[in-house]
Amino acid sequence: MKEYTYTEKKDTRSGFGVGLLELGRTNPNVVALCADLIGSLKMDAFKKEFPERFYQVGIAEANMMGLAAGMTIGGKIPFTGTFANFSTGRVYDQIRQSIAYSGKNVKICASHAGLTLGEDGATHQILEDVGMMKMLPHMTVINPCDFNQTKAATIAIADYEGPVYLRFGRPAVPNFTPADQKFEIGKAVMLNEGTDVTILATGHLVWKAIEAGHKLAEKGINAEVINIHTIKPLDDEAILKSVGKTKCVVTAEEHQMNGGLGDSVAQLLGRQLPAPLEMVAVNDSFGESGTPDQLMEKYGLSTENIVAAAERVIRRK
Amino acid sequence: MNPHNKSIDELKQIAAQVRRDIVRMVHAVNSGHPGGSLGCTDYFVSLYFKVLNYKAKPFNMDAEGEDLFFLSNGHISPVWYSVLARAGFFEVSELATFRKINSRLQGHPATEEGLPGIRVASGSLGQGLSVAVGAAQTKKLNKDNNLVYVLMGDGELGEGQVWEAAMYAAHNKVDNLIATVDRNYQQIDGGTEEVLALGDLRTKFEAFGWHVLEADGNNFETLLPALEDAKKATGNGKPVMILMNTEMGFGVDFMMGSHKWHGVAPNDEQLEIALQQLAVEAASDY
Repeated sequence: MKEYTYTEKKDTRSGFGVGLLELGRTNPNVVALCADLIGSLKMDAFKKEFPERFYQVGIAEANMMGLAAGMTIGGKIPFTGTFANFSTGRVYDQIRQSIAYSGKNVKICASHAGLTLGEDGATHQILEDVGMMKMLPHMTVINPCDFNQTKAATIAIADYEGPVYLRFGRPAVPNFTPADQKFEIGKAVMLNEGTDVTILATGHLVWKAIEAGHKLAEKGINAEVINIHTIKPLDDEAILKSVGKTKCVVTAEEHQMNGGLGDSVAQLLGRQLPAPLEMVAVNDSFGESGTPDQLMEKYGLSTENIVAAAERVIRRK
Repeated sequence: MNPHNKSIDELKQIAAQVRRDIVRMVHAVNSGHPGGSLGCTDYFVSLYFKVLNYKAKPFNMDAEGEDLFFLSNGHISPVWYSVLARAGFFEVSELATFRKINSRLQGHPATEEGLPGIRVASGSLGQGLSVAVGAAQTKKLNKDNNLVYVLMGDGELGEGQVWEAAMYAAHNKVDNLIATVDRNYQQIDGGTEEVLALGDLRTKFEAFGWHVLEADGNNFETLLPALEDAKKATGNGKPVMILMNTEMGFGVDFMMGSHKWHGVAPNDEQLEIALQQLAVEAASDY
């Protein structure tokens, strides 16, 4: 079993900020828009170095999505920045018509996703965004796991032609993936090979899945842990290969069960390889105020929840 | 670069032909929006046969070195399709596929099927101004001095996004943009002032920081100079707005002046009457 280590915890949103700055330096077509959340989205550095390619939109997200769609005409690659809540539900129709249906090369970059936004509470803790975005034809949905991967994903999506939803968050989490990683959209990352149960995790739950793998190993259970950073298109091949071997699967994500990674995996397995499935996700509930750790525990998104789900699903084989 | 620099008499003939296309298109599928289409025909004909700098073939999505036009009130697609076809973007015969299965001429304009001339989908209202402002800012970044035009319906101004975009365009001095509101005072449920009063749009847009002009959208003799004035007003630090008065259903007497023909197609008998009223010297119906 591979040991993953980290020297520091960092927020994924900062990975976005650093990636965006690098894109500013390497790709003159990249432009950035922000709806009054420059500090939260870590877009300050890009704004400072490339003021002519940075657009402060104000608290007007619907306009921001339309502007971004229009900016693609003439070859620009717009990156929009606001909270995940205001990047999706608030502007669903704008994204649907002006970006997705129109096939526009817009990168919707969404921070503060999920419960780990913390104390602001349920109004801002969106847990439905992946579902909304993955339902849109033409939309790619990416949810990287740490600082390095978010930076790599930010850079990678500029080279991909088409609309992308890039989801990241606020809290500092272990930064364990390689700084020089090549990010491949739609390609799952094998973290630990195993034979007893497949754990498919995305975003902030990836580190917890690694931890869960170790705890399961102590109990004599050999878990396969895979990072599904791209929820759409889903890496069907990697998932089917793993579940074909382990015969059962746990999904883990900071999102509603409805519409999330677990839902995508259930659809895939139901069609092609029926197998017992347990989902570690929020079960049809809004969040609330609290610290990120308290919320993740209360809503069942802890390392222990993954361990328990793995034990349950193995018994169902 | 406009390949169609026509005289007013020629424009009138083209407009009559376009109006014939519109009523025939909506009649053929017993659906679509003739009222606003007929009201805006003279505007579209003015743009594509006199004002806009563009290249119909090959169609270039990025429109480098060309003026851009966006239609925000996408339901008046019949007039746009007819004018695009007659301006050479695609074959006039394709108008016969309007709203039919497997057509590039969707009920509302779309890019999905690759119809030349369309650069963004529209139909869900209130989005076109934002898109146009974004495209105008890209033109500035690209040092492309051509202009961006966008048409909106007046009922559409009920959408908050329009006012977000209006604030933004003025704040950012997007002065390579000419927006037009089709001020026909009608929307689906009745008069605009009854449904949700728009009031004094000149004062509203001026208060938002726009340069505002007014025009009669159904009279080439005054519409063309107004479009010229709008062009001259660009480059002065303010976005330009034309409040264009039109009559819904213009050109077909029984369709005029009422919201009832917003989204209703004429029957066989009504079509014949309409076509008689829209006589052209040398009709070239598709």
